[in-house]
Amino acid sequence: MAILETRQLTYTYSIGSPFEKTAVDHVDLKIEEGEMVGVMGHTGSGKSTLIQHFNGLLRPTSGQVLLDGQDIWADKKKIRDVRFQVGLVFQYPEYQIFEETVFKDIAFGPRNMGLDDKEIKRRVLETAHDIGLREELLKRSPFDLSGGQKRRVAIAGVMAMEPKVLILDEPTAGLDPAGRDKILSHIKRYHERRKNTILIVSHSMEDIAGFADKILVMNKAKLFCYDDTEKVFGRAEEISEIGLDVPQITKVFMELKKQGLDFGKEVYTVPYARDLLLKHLHGKAGDGQC
Amino acid sequence: MLRDVTIGQYFPGNSIIHRLDPRFKIVITLIYILMLFTGSNVVCLAVGAVYTLIAVFLSRIPLKMFWKSVKPLLPFLLITAVLNVLLVDSGDVYFKWKFLKVTEGGINISVFMIIRIVLLIMGSSLLTYTTSPITLTDAIERLLSPLKLLKFPVHELAMMMSIALRFVPTLIEETDKIMSAQKARGAEIDTGSFLTRAKNMISILVPLFISSFRRADELATAMECRCYNGGEGRTRLRQLKASARDVIALVITLMFYAAAIAVSIIFKHLMK
Repeated sequence: MAILETRQLTYTYSIGSPFEKTAVDHVDLKIEEGEMVGVMGHTGSGKSTLIQHFNGLLRPTSGQVLLDGQDIWADKKKIRDVRFQVGLVFQYPEYQIFEETVFKDIAFGPRNMGLDDKEIKRRVLETAHDIGLREELLKRSPFDLSGGQKRRVAIAGVMAMEPKVLILDEPTAGLDPAGRDKILSHIKRYHERRKNTILIVSHSMEDIAGFADKILVMNKAKLFCYDDTEKVFGRAEEISEIGLDVPQITKVFMELKKQGLDFGKEVYTVPYARDLLLKHLHGKAGDGQC
Repeated sequence: MLRDVTIGQYFPGNSIIHRLDPRFKIVITLIYILMLFTGSNVVCLAVGAVYTLIAVFLSRIPLKMFWKSVKPLLPFLLITAVLNVLLVDSGDVYFKWKFLKVTEGGINISVFMIIRIVLLIMGSSLLTYTTSPITLTDAIERLLSPLKLLKFPVHELAMMMSIALRFVPTLIEETDKIMSAQKARGAEIDTGSFLTRAKNMISILVPLFISSFRRADELATAMECRCYNGGEGRTRLRQLKASARDVIALVITLMFYAAAIAVSIIFKHLMK
């Protein structure tokens, strides 16, 4: 059974005013447990609105959101529990930090869940380790930390709730390459260890191409496609057409194909491309010798 | 949701009301308010109502929007109306119970008051619905400019107003975002007991304050980078130019004002 499912999900902003806009238009999708999903789409394509439905921050104008097969709006009073099961990290999450110490800020979510001090401590220490925050930082004020560290504190704040599904909206926006790689590799490690479902929203295909099992593409409030990473990149040209960037390496291979060198496979990571090219060159060299 | 707040909201458009010179619009609104408060009988208000409806029609803004701005004040209006009906004691008595009396005068006054205030809200909403905040403060600066002679910091006041207005939507959006982020961490903001809600307000106010200071800092730097140093010798990108249309609108308003006065005098004579 799918862990998250939407049925004909539609959301319209400011109904009845001149600013009325449908941000999500009849979206049907199923996300299986344990998957790492990349969510892509242009600014204003509805991806941020879509993910805010998954933990019940927005209520669908029509349609349903199902978590473990249950409609999350079946009982309005239980919506808070849904938020503990589906953790959502917003864009620039460091702006939501407010406590005096890093420890307290990470503990805010678990504390709201009503856990006891011992469990809270365990979770804070564990997530801090997962996201790569040294233990001595926990006593510091979060406002003294660097931008990348603050971001990791904010992400840890959601991870510490140990949600079944973790959604991250542009977790690497505005960071330098080193900060970006650090966060992505920590998220990847966290996923490998906990085997939970993760959705990462990103503009950058390069970021998610390497480790997403599946990719969901939104375009103009509609679901453009949702499929295995390989198959989505098979439609690289269409994706370029709707104004999204495909990885550099995919572009190179698209160009090679045009010039007559077809590998018959979708290429979206550099290591894979290297292996493929080496094998190809090797084969040729072999041919020549024979 | 917070973003559905309509007070002070601007609805872009290109109607004749939108295109009026904002200075004239402010003056016209002031005359309009005077008109509503001069007349003391229903006929006079009827003139005001006709005027309002014509203006609303010309602005092409759906009536629903005006209803939205009146709605929040409805409970107060109804309470005062009920009090007026029960406590004002003049004219024929329709109904009596202990010290409470429903009289002709009481009913008249409460109906009159409701209409007057609804018209007042509609008229002033029309001003903000059809004028962007920036042009509005521009116009206020120009209208107040004679006060400069008295060393009153008109430009600074207008600048402060436009910055404040400019950041209202930004801060609302920001608050919305922070609220969502804290709700995602299980903070009870619109549910839960009063105490937990008050406690959770801290989780919203602290980030909001920090980001306001950050924005203020950034804005100050940006202004300084563009050599802003006060109003002295500053010229404008958009010059306000009055045209025949504005004068006509003003004259029409004054005529309605005169009509309202005339009608109320005639009405008084007829009643005698």
